[in-house]
Amino acid sequence: MSADADRLSGRPDRRQAIAALVVSALLVTAALGLQAVRETHYRIAPVDATLLYVESGASANRLALSYHALLADVYWIRAIQYYGDTRLSTSSTKQYSALYPLLDLATSLDPRFTVAYRFGAMFLAEPFPGGPGRVDLAITLLNKGLAAEPAKWQYAQDAGFVYYWWLQDYKQAAMWFDKASRIQGAPWWLRSLAATTLVQGGDRPSSRVLWMQLYETAENDWIRTTSRLRLAQLDALDEIEQLAARVARYQQVAGRFPADWEAVRAAGLLRAIPSDPSGTPYLLDATQPGGVTIARSSKLYPLPPQFARKAGPPS
Amino acid sequence: MARVILLVAYHVFKESVRDKVLYNLVLFATLMISASYLVGQLTAGQDIKIIKDLGLAASAVFGLFIAVFIGVGLVWKEVDRRSVYNVLVKPLRRHHFIAGKFIGLALTLLANLAVMAAAVYLVLAVMAWTQPVLAAAALVDAPVVDPNLLKAFLLIYVQLLVVTALALFFSTFSSPMLSAALTFGLYVVGHFNADLAHFENVVQSRAAAQLARALYYLLPNLAPFDVKAAVVHGQAVPAGYVLLTTGYGFLYAAAVVGLAMLVFARRDFK
Repeated sequence: MSADADRLSGRPDRRQAIAALVVSALLVTAALGLQAVRETHYRIAPVDATLLYVESGASANRLALSYHALLADVYWIRAIQYYGDTRLSTSSTKQYSALYPLLDLATSLDPRFTVAYRFGAMFLAEPFPGGPGRVDLAITLLNKGLAAEPAKWQYAQDAGFVYYWWLQDYKQAAMWFDKASRIQGAPWWLRSLAATTLVQGGDRPSSRVLWMQLYETAENDWIRTTSRLRLAQLDALDEIEQLAARVARYQQVAGRFPADWEAVRAAGLLRAIPSDPSGTPYLLDATQPGGVTIARSSKLYPLPPQFARKAGPPS
Repeated sequence: MARVILLVAYHVFKESVRDKVLYNLVLFATLMISASYLVGQLTAGQDIKIIKDLGLAASAVFGLFIAVFIGVGLVWKEVDRRSVYNVLVKPLRRHHFIAGKFIGLALTLLANLAVMAAAVYLVLAVMAWTQPVLAAAALVDAPVVDPNLLKAFLLIYVQLLVVTALALFFSTFSSPMLSAALTFGLYVVGHFNADLAHFENVVQSRAAAQLARALYYLLPNLAPFDVKAAVVHGQAVPAGYVLLTTGYGFLYAAAVVGLAMLVFARRDFK
């Protein structure tokens, strides 16, 4: 009855409809097969991740009409993907040339995109191969953030951090920490950090305070992981200092550099073979200051150079 | 009079439902749910912000397409099908017909936007519940399930009313294709409108500057309706601002609908 009605009305009946669906499915499958064959014989050129359709933040802002915040998110996602891909790349010619333009576009489209400024400062400053090592661009980005939101003391703190950690320019670092401390709502310790940095330069306790602060206020896992790594490196430097003191005592007693950790342990100066916070045993190396160093296989390698140089037996 | 207008409005609403306009809500829900999963993999801790940005932008875009593509056919379809003759022989004034069409589409948009806003709030509530760490980090800017988002939704709606009025106006005298092009054109121009206000800084000619200033007042000024980024970042959007912008939108839309009534009233259907 229903089939008759369908036939009379000119509509396909159920069998015809199923047949049409099956034929469509077969055609799509065949098309996908042809595509796969074509891609096997004629490889698709990879999309250039550094390609920027628009380079000017101001132009992008105008073109986005009222969708600039969403477009900023798109550039933010591109920046993360680009940074991650480049960092993981093993190519000897890799570079991070598009990182700053991507972050610049994201922050031009959404001038209050806090994490993009802080991410930028952190990773633009990271030395090659972990990042482009462009501390100048990191500072430029943070200045842009401060211009957009002068009340964000975190940007001034991050600028101080860049000078402190990557440039070891403690005068500039102290100036930025002081600037941050004068912004309403800034934590009290920034003022004392500014004073300590100016007087004592970079030291491990101050560094620990900075990394702890970054860790606690981290807005993404990447910053959290990096902060945790840096804190572990600072712990390792403290431990190396203590171990160097024991090695020095061993040398005083035995009159020679210990052949291995077992010898130090047998002399009653250690309870066990010492490992760094990542679980990799420390190395005894007479050529290193204090005779103790971190293994190249350790997740903490290399230690921050400005502090590694200072590591050694306490004077 | 009001009954007749509401009857036309009801039929517009019913027709849009019959035209499967509400399918857009299924698409929106799918977009939000899949986005809430995907952004977690891509955004390094900015999930809440991006879901808010995406929810507001998608609501605006979906609403814009409904306003334009339904709006441009509202009158034209009746004329093309010649059903306008059947309507106009009834005890119905032409301007009531236009008012009813506008209100009908405004109701369709309201229903759509209300459901889309509810979907955005639902996704945010689920994210806040399932990812408390992210939600706590997002609190630096604004609450996750932030009532202030409603200000953005309200202004999106009022902006859509202006667009609907424009689409309806063009629909009274031109084809859907041309009406859509003109409406989209004015939508884009409406976002660049502020440039015209300070044209005297760009040109020497006083006459050109005055013409630009006149256009500034004449063309729809749509940029002020955009408070999406502000509410997402928890910035204050004063009630006075919302009220004034809403008032501007209602008055502008009413003026354009008035023009549409005028054009339609003078049309010769012989």
